[in-house]
Amino acid sequence: MTTLDSSKEIQKNNSEVNETHEDFRMFGLITFLIADGMTFAGFFAAYLTYKTVNPLPDGAIYELELPIPTLNTILLLVSSATFHKAGKALLKDKNSDSQKWLFFTAFLGIIFLICQLFEYFHLPFGLTDNLFASTFYALTGFHGLHVTLGTLMILIIAWQSRINGGRLTSQNMFPLEAVELYWHFVDGIWVILFIILYLL
Amino acid sequence: MTISIDPQKTNNESLQPKGWLRYFSFSLDHKVIGIQYLVCGFLFYLIGGTLASAIRIELASPMSDFMPRDVYNQVLTLHGTIMIFLWIVPVVNGAFGNYLIPFYVGARDMAFPRLNAVAFWLIPPSGLMLVASYFVEGAAQSGWTAYPPLSITTPQSGQIIWILSVLLLGGSSIFGGINFIATIIKLRRPGLKLMQLPMYCWAMLGTSLLVVLSTPVLAGTLILLSFDIIAKTGFFNPVLGGNVVVYQHLFWFYSHPAVYIMVLPAFGLVSEILPVHARKPLFGYTTMVFSIMGIVVLGLVVWAHHMFTSGTPPWMRLFFTIATAFIAVPTGIKFFNWVATLWGGKISINSAMLFSCGFIINFVFGGITGVALAQVPFDIHVHDTYFVVAHFHYIVYGGTVFIIFSSIYHWFPKVTGKMLNEKLGILHFIITFIGFNLCFAPQHWLGLNGMPRRVAEYDPQFQFVNQISSLGALLMAISTIPFLINVFLSVRNGKDAGDNPWNALTPEWLTSSPPPVENWEGEAPLVEEPYGYGK
Repeated sequence: MTTLDSSKEIQKNNSEVNETHEDFRMFGLITFLIADGMTFAGFFAAYLTYKTVNPLPDGAIYELELPIPTLNTILLLVSSATFHKAGKALLKDKNSDSQKWLFFTAFLGIIFLICQLFEYFHLPFGLTDNLFASTFYALTGFHGLHVTLGTLMILIIAWQSRINGGRLTSQNMFPLEAVELYWHFVDGIWVILFIILYLL
Repeated sequence: MTISIDPQKTNNESLQPKGWLRYFSFSLDHKVIGIQYLVCGFLFYLIGGTLASAIRIELASPMSDFMPRDVYNQVLTLHGTIMIFLWIVPVVNGAFGNYLIPFYVGARDMAFPRLNAVAFWLIPPSGLMLVASYFVEGAAQSGWTAYPPLSITTPQSGQIIWILSVLLLGGSSIFGGINFIATIIKLRRPGLKLMQLPMYCWAMLGTSLLVVLSTPVLAGTLILLSFDIIAKTGFFNPVLGGNVVVYQHLFWFYSHPAVYIMVLPAFGLVSEILPVHARKPLFGYTTMVFSIMGIVVLGLVVWAHHMFTSGTPPWMRLFFTIATAFIAVPTGIKFFNWVATLWGGKISINSAMLFSCGFIINFVFGGITGVALAQVPFDIHVHDTYFVVAHFHYIVYGGTVFIIFSSIYHWFPKVTGKMLNEKLGILHFIITFIGFNLCFAPQHWLGLNGMPRRVAEYDPQFQFVNQISSLGALLMAISTIPFLINVFLSVRNGKDAGDNPWNALTPEWLTSSPPPVENWEGEAPLVEEPYGYGK
């Protein structure tokens, strides 16, 4: 996935102009994603604690329908695969293929968000109805914010992978790799969220 | 892929403002950013200290006559928040970390210089926002912990600004932590092994791991709290079916590690200062490293010892008591290692050394009361009394702030090229040490006799001891004066320091004072034995 070069040697000749070091931008991104994951871990811990400790009042509505979130899970998993295809295509210098796959991935992300909003509008409870409703909206909303950001970033790199004058080439893969890792992370969080929130 | 550094683009001197102006610019130089952190933090320390003086003036008499009760609550909230989030955390991590870590790993700058500058420039606006929150109608008054339901039921506009400000400061802290981890792990000079790093690198690595793992949880918690305040959800509001204890768990999952975020870098700094002024190698380097990592791991699983009176079940009390008691082991190892470093050394009695020794004395006292507080029967007796106030001020002031001053005396010659005045420095130490102990030692007695914290009024029988404590606070306020005079005089016409006034061996002393923009004229030196004194 990453193309980190292991050349750790600092080029000693002409050190004033040509010092190089290993590319650790991916390392920084992974550290950031661990931090981001801890935010979700906090939310999940709060949700599970509420589920075990705080019984909902009588008559509280907390049923969830499964079809839309299942569709959303499939959408995100497919989008992970299409993103991977985009990376493969770019690596083979097929920039226009790569761009198509990226737009398709962004399209799937937008469909996901539309489905999510559709679900919001048709749920029988609102944000402040009960504790379950509040945690449901906080968790899915925070995740939806991540999907929105991810989709925007995919659109940006899709623009950057245009054939004439685009920054994204097989020599400069980092923007694509970074967004891809972020997108896989958001997918992974969704799978955990789907299991904990809808299935448990 | 490798990245080539083009000096034309990065730290070209002609592109960066020169002189004092660069301290007000979006500079990418880690040394400039370090000084920005330090000076900005010190200004907030003066504000927080003024608030502390106001608290001690109020407590000099049993009635709330100096300020109304709600103003007292607002003042103590602002005091705690400023001191933790704007003075200790940014200075002991951001200031010294930014200045020293690139030297210690043999790099020309931090791993992500732009992220570094962003992390600093988040601090002044959020700090000003925090101070401004005091002047809006209904300032935050629920303490630095912002426990619900207090934070939900008290006036809300100030509390919301408080939350936003702390969120921004948390973001700054996370960006800093990511940068330190990447710098220490990835940016080391070729040939420099992990076990050859100066101890402060290890302390910062451990601290940054804690920052990255626990600060996001605080961010999530505060987001939920702001939902409760703005949108009237019921996460932490029992009236709406919520649970206040969940807030406490999530809050302390950050805020207990935060104690180590405040004190672990101080452990690292004192491990740099003691060997230099005692002319002896640091005792037990390997055990120090494992102690730090042990504290990091244990520090993540002890948070509920703040909550023994919050209806915690017996198994939880048992687990967290034992885990907390275990933390005393690595901490004790470090304490004995420092004493062993001093043992038989050629000790120079100067300001840096005095403040470091003051740290060791105060810290062991705060540590012992910490172990006592972890025991459930004792904790239930003194919970939320002045005993707790005394305990954590012995850690954060007697521990960390003493080390901040010690480090300023130690590294001032490197940063400015001028020596600080030793007579004024020793005067500063004597007043601070006496004032600090006079202020906080009596508070143990107050707490044991049942004086609650965070209340403007108290039983008149405690008046005399409170007045002693206030006298100590007055001395602490006075102690800032010789320090400020010293810094101003020394910057203007201090004695020239030369490149290495202490004959130290760590890498930052192997370049000129003040260091050039990219740290070394030529290649970074390889320091395999940073503590090889007396050989």
